[in-house]
Amino acid sequence: MSTATETIEDLVKTEYKYGFFTELETESAPPGLSEDTIRLISRKKNEPEWLTEWRLKAYRHWLTLEEPHWAKVHHAKINYQDIVYYSAPKQKKDAPKSLDEVDPKLLETYEKLGIPLRERERLAGVAVDAIFDSVSVGTTFRKQLAEKGVIFCSFTEAVHDHPDLVKKYLGSVVPYTDNFFAALNSAVFTDGSFCYIPKGVRCPMELSTYFRINAANTGQFERTLIVADEGAQVSYLEGCTAPMRDENQLHAAVVELVALENGQIKYSTVQNWYPGDEKGVGGIYNFVTKRGLCKGRNSKICWTQVETGSAITWKYPSCILLGDNSVGEFYSVAVTNNFQQADTGTKMIHIGKNTSSTIISKGISAGHGQNSYRGLVEIRKNAANARNFSQCDSMLIGAKCGAHTFPYIEVKNTTASVEHEASTSKIGEDQIFYCNARGIATQDAVNMIVNGFCKEVFKELPMEFAVEAQKLLGVSLEGSVG
Amino acid sequence: MSKPILEIKNLSAGVEGKQILKGVSLTINAGEVHAVMGPNGSGKSTLAAVLAGRDGYEVNGGSVLYNGTDLLELDPEERARAGVFLAFQYPVEIPGVNSTYFLKAALNEVRKHHGLPELDAIEFLNLVKEKMKLLELKDDLLKRSVNEGFSGGEKKRAEIFQMAILEPKLAILDETDSGLDIDALRIVAGGVNKLKHLDNCQLVITHYQRLLNFIVPDFVHVLVDGRIVKTGDKNLALELEARGYDWITSSL
Repeated sequence: MSTATETIEDLVKTEYKYGFFTELETESAPPGLSEDTIRLISRKKNEPEWLTEWRLKAYRHWLTLEEPHWAKVHHAKINYQDIVYYSAPKQKKDAPKSLDEVDPKLLETYEKLGIPLRERERLAGVAVDAIFDSVSVGTTFRKQLAEKGVIFCSFTEAVHDHPDLVKKYLGSVVPYTDNFFAALNSAVFTDGSFCYIPKGVRCPMELSTYFRINAANTGQFERTLIVADEGAQVSYLEGCTAPMRDENQLHAAVVELVALENGQIKYSTVQNWYPGDEKGVGGIYNFVTKRGLCKGRNSKICWTQVETGSAITWKYPSCILLGDNSVGEFYSVAVTNNFQQADTGTKMIHIGKNTSSTIISKGISAGHGQNSYRGLVEIRKNAANARNFSQCDSMLIGAKCGAHTFPYIEVKNTTASVEHEASTSKIGEDQIFYCNARGIATQDAVNMIVNGFCKEVFKELPMEFAVEAQKLLGVSLEGSVG
Repeated sequence: MSKPILEIKNLSAGVEGKQILKGVSLTINAGEVHAVMGPNGSGKSTLAAVLAGRDGYEVNGGSVLYNGTDLLELDPEERARAGVFLAFQYPVEIPGVNSTYFLKAALNEVRKHHGLPELDAIEFLNLVKEKMKLLELKDDLLKRSVNEGFSGGEKKRAEIFQMAILEPKLAILDETDSGLDIDALRIVAGGVNKLKHLDNCQLVITHYQRLLNFIVPDFVHVLVDGRIVKTGDKNLALELEARGYDWITSSL
């Protein structure tokens, strides 16, 4: 008779269904990083001088930094000279003017991924920007958005069409001096999404970007910048996948959010980069800097993330609560299976008065997965009446995985109220047997229990995404039932 | 004569190499209520666990037929779908999973097994209302997560409510009376009595006689050291209550 533990271990054997590779003619820079590489990228993108200079400054700063190793993750040394920093699908003209000019193979790829770039998006009511390797291949719904004054386009286009906005906000939340990976990204970023919601406008639809790494040995370094002007509101979704490869690939993105007075940004991520195989070979290194600035009074930024992919996740979507009465929220589900490692959490920096933040983190470890929550709640001196509530729950599936919690709290104002709750539980054989005894098979039982565990986070996701996230969680923990 | 639902023949089973059941034989016919009583450690809960298919118990002798088929060959979920229900001594909490959702999933597994269409949310809620009325229960428990934060009495009530919805052919009640005050005991037992029909049967496992004031068994079996040492009618339970288990063990 097999024991329940073995059954659970069978269950968590994952199959990654986005692991295909698309044959496309690409134009790539030779591997390696130098000022020449950066100038090449900048030239390819026909960038203004100030941006080239900004990149070079970032690069020179990066040269002075050392790769950080404080996170509870282990990986082989990354050789930054082996990485290809620019790869783009070859196009007939300089840039596709509409989706009709985009290589059909590319569109097929997105269809395979279940991302409707063309027709179905009208039904879904979601505007999509798709990033393939290093460049944006198309943004949908532009006209409808433009009527409201909403700008949603690739970063490259934004640099040309809205240089003042880009210049004003680029690096204003995550300066290139911020950290090793942010500096690297600032030097070599190739594309990303740009979004600006003007004063008083509530964005009429969900905005979404899908990121896909396709080419081998390529790093993906995209930059997303979202600005909600006074009283503006937007909900933004991000999804990511990559082919299965034996070597590790680097993804070092930067996301900057700025919310002005009464502005609100909701940023949701379903991250499903290739996690590596059962033995821990291959997979994406996901080293991402995400930060939001609640600049104006009563502004609000909400991060929701479901992290199921990547070999290593190193990511701390944070909020700087500068404006009085501003609100920061962080809801996270992180799953590590097989040999995946995740070190993720958030920083809530309270600077303004009456600022409040909420942190709900759910970590699920299976197989040999290692899952760490790392968070900082900082109440600065002038942040009178600041409030924080944090809850960090970990769930263990099987006996070889690990869950770790590193909460840091720094309070410099005596009127602050900070609460922290934490728990660790194991999917019990008792829980599974209880479900079995009611006719529910083990695999369905595990899904049900895990989804119940993550409920508080899923309810923060936009509807369609919540369904997708639940399914994804099922797939991540799926396998053969003995 | 009504047909047998459960036929246990000379069943031996143990856990972690320790022999617990040493040849139990017991036949339960449709329409009957059987009580199994015994001192602590006699093997009562092991019997319930083996019948429900809990992992970690090793059957090393004998057979169990359920409606004429080999019960021990089936996975626990297959047994449940075929109509075997275990009311747990310690019902398990499943945080974040809504009770109504859970129960609907369970019922639809049973219905699928019998080739019936699944109930949708509205049909299911109508069924819930009907059963609530029958058992004179309130629906407050169903709005919460499965057993989460329930008192001992609430957990047992929820178990009986699940039993009412799933309509098992064989209901095994494992020490359902433990941890209940007299009022809760009355409610739970009242529910069990209402669910008794001519085409199903109940196996009531208990340490104390008091439950049998409310659930009147057709047969009482006394389990001592893994064997049924005495079988009688409901009066045997009263005698045990008056004289204790020592009376039986010393006469062996």
